[in-house]
Amino acid sequence: MAPTPNWLRRRAPKPEASSDPLWVVCPDCSERVYKKDLAERLFVCPKCGHHFRLGSLDRVALLADGDFHEIGANLATGDPLQWVDRIPYPQKTAQDRSKSGMLESIVVGTCRVGGVEVGLGVMDFAFRGGTMGSVVGEKIAMMLEECGRRKLPAVLVCASGGARMEEGVIALMQMAKTSLAVQRLGALGLPFVAVLTDPTTGGVSASFGFQADVIIAETGAAIGFAGRRVIDQTIRQKLPEGFQSAEFLLEHGQVDMVVRRTELKGCLANVLRLMTMRVPA
Amino acid sequence: MNVIVELEKPLTELEAKIQDLKNFQKKTQGADLSAAIGKLEADAHQLKSEIFSNLTPWQRVHMARHPKRPLALDYISRLDDFIELHGDRTYRDDPSIVAGFGVLAGTPICVIGEQKGRDTKENLYRNFGMPHPEGYRKAQRIMRLAEKFHRPLVTFIDTPGAYPGIGAEERGQSEAIASSLKLLAGLRTPVVVNVTGEGGSGGALAIGLGDHIVMLQHSIYSVASPEPAASILWRDATKAEEAAKRLRLTSDDLFEFGIVDEVIEEPLGGAQRDPDGTIAKVLAADRRAIALLMKLDADTLLDRRYEKYRKIGAHTELVHDRAAR
Repeated sequence: MAPTPNWLRRRAPKPEASSDPLWVVCPDCSERVYKKDLAERLFVCPKCGHHFRLGSLDRVALLADGDFHEIGANLATGDPLQWVDRIPYPQKTAQDRSKSGMLESIVVGTCRVGGVEVGLGVMDFAFRGGTMGSVVGEKIAMMLEECGRRKLPAVLVCASGGARMEEGVIALMQMAKTSLAVQRLGALGLPFVAVLTDPTTGGVSASFGFQADVIIAETGAAIGFAGRRVIDQTIRQKLPEGFQSAEFLLEHGQVDMVVRRTELKGCLANVLRLMTMRVPA
Repeated sequence: MNVIVELEKPLTELEAKIQDLKNFQKKTQGADLSAAIGKLEADAHQLKSEIFSNLTPWQRVHMARHPKRPLALDYISRLDDFIELHGDRTYRDDPSIVAGFGVLAGTPICVIGEQKGRDTKENLYRNFGMPHPEGYRKAQRIMRLAEKFHRPLVTFIDTPGAYPGIGAEERGQSEAIASSLKLLAGLRTPVVVNVTGEGGSGGALAIGLGDHIVMLQHSIYSVASPEPAASILWRDATKAEEAAKRLRLTSDDLFEFGIVDEVIEEPLGGAQRDPDGTIAKVLAADRRAIALLMKLDADTLLDRRYEKYRKIGAHTELVHDRAAR
């Protein structure tokens, strides 16, 4: 299957945005898909295999064996810049909260994945485009510190447009904060696996996203540093087909593997099992 | 540079007038115009302080990008000694990052700086100070050398951001920045960072995670340069001025946020009006920071670095019931 032109897909209607309560049109194959079917199939198009974006709670349900013990569940962002554009930033985040049902763009906690106990963090594109502000930085640091205390491997599932503009340089500094926490975990000899899903860009790909020991990309995900609009405005030339797709990154040696959602849990469990195995005495 | 030319116009005119009078006095030799000249000079000083003490964020962005502002190599050339090292040993040498061994007031150091150009030709060579992945990989080599020889690492930030292009993406711009950050996070030697011009996004932070952050008064530091920020926020790069206003990117803001440890005042009118004095002040600040940091053992240093960034953020607690939605 040829790589999906990501940018076409990005402008296509998202399932939650469509007005039809029962049906959704697949942006890849244009087939009408029954929503209930889609949910049962992990939001993978039954006709063409296109991966729709997955919310973080659905993702946790997909990956965790059973209970998920959430950390920092009540953390919400402040407004360090007192940002106002169209509307004040606190109003934007309030809208995101009611729209997505999420308090912020990440959920972190501990659980088992294929029998291995891990710290698991999952980002959610539905909240402010999965952008990283204070709360994402804080929760990731909390989770990685918990992993350090309990000697657990860490798994971070990324889905993010990068650092959150409305938190300015405070958001930028979350790249430093998370990098320090990743470095500490690594110094303890604990494994760290990143799963890059659609999209993973900017300050998230340029910090913990690409700091992992093993990097798994989900089929069809758009992954890169600069977003297409910024590249367009800078170089003003046509981007090659499949540019910044998971498959493109695999070819260019940037990720370890590209995995379909249906196989993600099994793959992750295997990676974790091998990474946590001890050399016999 | 229209913003700065416009800003300085009344001052430039007045300064030209003073020069005319001085020339006239020299030529005629008889007429004593010193009283008039003195008065105009006082006016000029007054005007200068009026103009430069009330700069808007957008004007400060242009001060940070002033074509005559001291650049990384201007600072580096004032070191006692410097040997530039080249290349990432893998792909190529990236001229937008200069790096090597140096000596600062008798102390051996390692240096990394983001280097812009002075004119179009030089800017094309330096890629306007926008590094490619191989630039960050060269920087990583120098970071490792600093750690190996336990020398302080001194960096100079001056970039609109990491280069957004096809080759940069193919060669792993994200990975290059991510690895620099992780390396700095665990570097067992002091890291002193100077924000001397533009601090744009992850491309700046990649050489900016450190123990002591010095910022020049009219430098800027931001999550993204105003142009790409406007493009990301409102899909319109022409709204850069508005973005500059919202982003809180001045040295006052950065100091207030606790991100920058020390702000170095610039001469009235900007660093370019007294490059030597400005450079000396920055290097003196670095020297002081190094003297303090070199006294700490590596574990204490790393704990201190961790805590410095660990507390940056603004979050609150909200009671949230997902089941209730």
